[in-house]
Amino acid sequence: MPWKAHSRGERSDMNIHEFQAKEVLARYGVPTLRRAVATTAAEAGAATAQIDPSGAGPWVVKAQIHAGGRGKGGGVKLVKSAAEAESFAGSILGKPLVTHQTGPQGRIVRRVLVEQGCRIERELYLGLTLDRATGVVTAIASAEGGVEIEEVAAHSPEKILREAIAPEFGCQAYQGRKLAKSLGLPSASLNKFAKFLCALYDAYVATDASLVEINPLVLTKDGDLIALDAKMGFDDNALFRHADIRELRDPEEEDPRERQAQEFDLSYIALDGTIGCMVNGAGLAMATMDIIKHAGGEPANFLDVGGGADAKKVAAAFRIILADPSVKAVLINIFGGIMRCDVLATGVVQAATEMKLTVPVVCRLEGTNVEIGRKILADSGLNIITAADMADAAQKVVAASTGSAR
Amino acid sequence: MSVLVGKGTRVVTQGITGSTGQFHTRACREYGTQMVAGVTPGKGGTDFEGIPIYDSVGEARRATGCDASVIYVPPAGAADAILEAADAGLELVICITEGIPVLDMVRVKRFLQGRKTRLIGPNCPGVITPGECKIGIMPGYIHTPGRIGVVSRSGTLTYEAVHQLTGLGIGQSTCIGIGGDPVNGTGFIEALELFNADPGTDGVMMIGEIGGTAEEAAADYVKREMKKPVAAFIAGQTAPKGKRMGHAGAIISGGKGTAADKIAALQAAGIRVAATPADLGVTMKAALAG
Repeated sequence: MPWKAHSRGERSDMNIHEFQAKEVLARYGVPTLRRAVATTAAEAGAATAQIDPSGAGPWVVKAQIHAGGRGKGGGVKLVKSAAEAESFAGSILGKPLVTHQTGPQGRIVRRVLVEQGCRIERELYLGLTLDRATGVVTAIASAEGGVEIEEVAAHSPEKILREAIAPEFGCQAYQGRKLAKSLGLPSASLNKFAKFLCALYDAYVATDASLVEINPLVLTKDGDLIALDAKMGFDDNALFRHADIRELRDPEEEDPRERQAQEFDLSYIALDGTIGCMVNGAGLAMATMDIIKHAGGEPANFLDVGGGADAKKVAAAFRIILADPSVKAVLINIFGGIMRCDVLATGVVQAATEMKLTVPVVCRLEGTNVEIGRKILADSGLNIITAADMADAAQKVVAASTGSAR
Repeated sequence: MSVLVGKGTRVVTQGITGSTGQFHTRACREYGTQMVAGVTPGKGGTDFEGIPIYDSVGEARRATGCDASVIYVPPAGAADAILEAADAGLELVICITEGIPVLDMVRVKRFLQGRKTRLIGPNCPGVITPGECKIGIMPGYIHTPGRIGVVSRSGTLTYEAVHQLTGLGIGQSTCIGIGGDPVNGTGFIEALELFNADPGTDGVMMIGEIGGTAEEAAADYVKREMKKPVAAFIAGQTAPKGKRMGHAGAIISGGKGTAADKIAALQAAGIRVAATPADLGVTMKAALAG
């Protein structure tokens, strides 16, 4: 369709930082601690007094990157003075932080969150997401917070509680009390938990979120429930009606090629292989990656040009693929429905001519206006290898990428 | 015989004045589909190449007796268009629109419960009974009339499957694109039920993808109920793991949803699974041979 292209199965919805998620959630009544964001060590030190004028502390300084495992990676520290906050912030700001989710190169820490400390009685897990099997938003809770929830699910699935929320009624207080009771919370906390859950659900629905995770949600020694950490993802398809959420996008956290693809409304995911792929349709794009691997190659990317791409968009897609220095060959696999093969061919020729094609390109075209498309490629004088079907295309592109055949 | 649509189906296009709606309404009419009406609120009383346009689906139904709708309305208004078609009492609503917010579809799904309207899609190529009726954006010429049902979550991969079947001389009874969105109308199981009951269908080709657990549930249905051979393919066998919807998404599906899980479930149900997307047609052929 002409209006939108996005990947499926493995959706890459828009994520935001912890400090942003807390701002969003607090707006809907989710309880959070006093906090401030700092981009320099000096700011981090000054933030302590701003948060707690008594100066008693303690505070927690947390690196802000789009990845989990920050605590284990050394990006979170409990500090007892402004000087300590300043020195810890100074030690992580501007440097890469490596966690199990960032890959070995890590992510550069550009901001820290300085937050008031609290006395923790218990740590819980609470999340909201869509249950695809039932088609409704469902709360997931566990009494084991602060640890990887997937590990809990793996070794003791009975500890994972679920509560489906009916879209026409929204979250009901009894649902919160029910979960709280099952989590073993004290009676005095039942209503607080119900309020927490309903506020979280309100925020989820109002912002068209795809995921909210509070891990941990803490019960303090004073009997309060607090979102100690917060993670939010949003439905890309709904961003058009949330200008405020769109502004929270942090381009520094995105792969530059993926960002460039986004500008052209292309669905692109960078991978580690050597064969660039340009395909229409997410399913066919995934299947194309599958057959490349089957033929002994490794895809350099996932790229769905979408249904209604014009020559300009196709050219942009081709440029993004060719800009990747690890690409040794390109496979174009198009089955035209809405996408016309002549449009595809025109875009490819345009981009290839501009960029002085240095790697072999294998092209498999089928569908609407296929004859015209093939003719445009053949007449272009470019070195484009044609393929009869998907198997043929995969074999030819793998051979071309290793230089074993042309 | 066929399922869902045939020679007698009378179709209204919702969003007929947009370029996509016009292009495909024309192509479907050329294929032989009875395109009897269009709806664009505010454009009632005009026409598109002789097809009368109405302000509402209700008016279109009363005036033309249409029983199916196809929706090309842009994402912001598409959920509302589905609700309007259901309210007008149409039996079949096919929503082509890609990019509808998930929470809109959560509400639509609830609204449709207990109503007689069947929704196909959204984010799908549509439904075609080759030689009789094409509703949607699929290239008509790759299809050939026959006795194999096709049901798929993916648009272009459906074309690939149909193209290979046609190349092997295996015709199709009806091809249903159920769409790739997390929340959709008709699922694999409902489509399989239709084909199972259709005397004009001898076997089914099913195309799935990673994510969710719809394929696993379908495998369970096939094991229990299906009287006809089924062949399948799962796209995304080599997709990287890193890009996913956080932990809660993985928890909710109980750790299922990978290609390996799906293939194992399908094979355990006696379904032949194509190893690569180049083997879709031959796998169906082998399944038919027993």
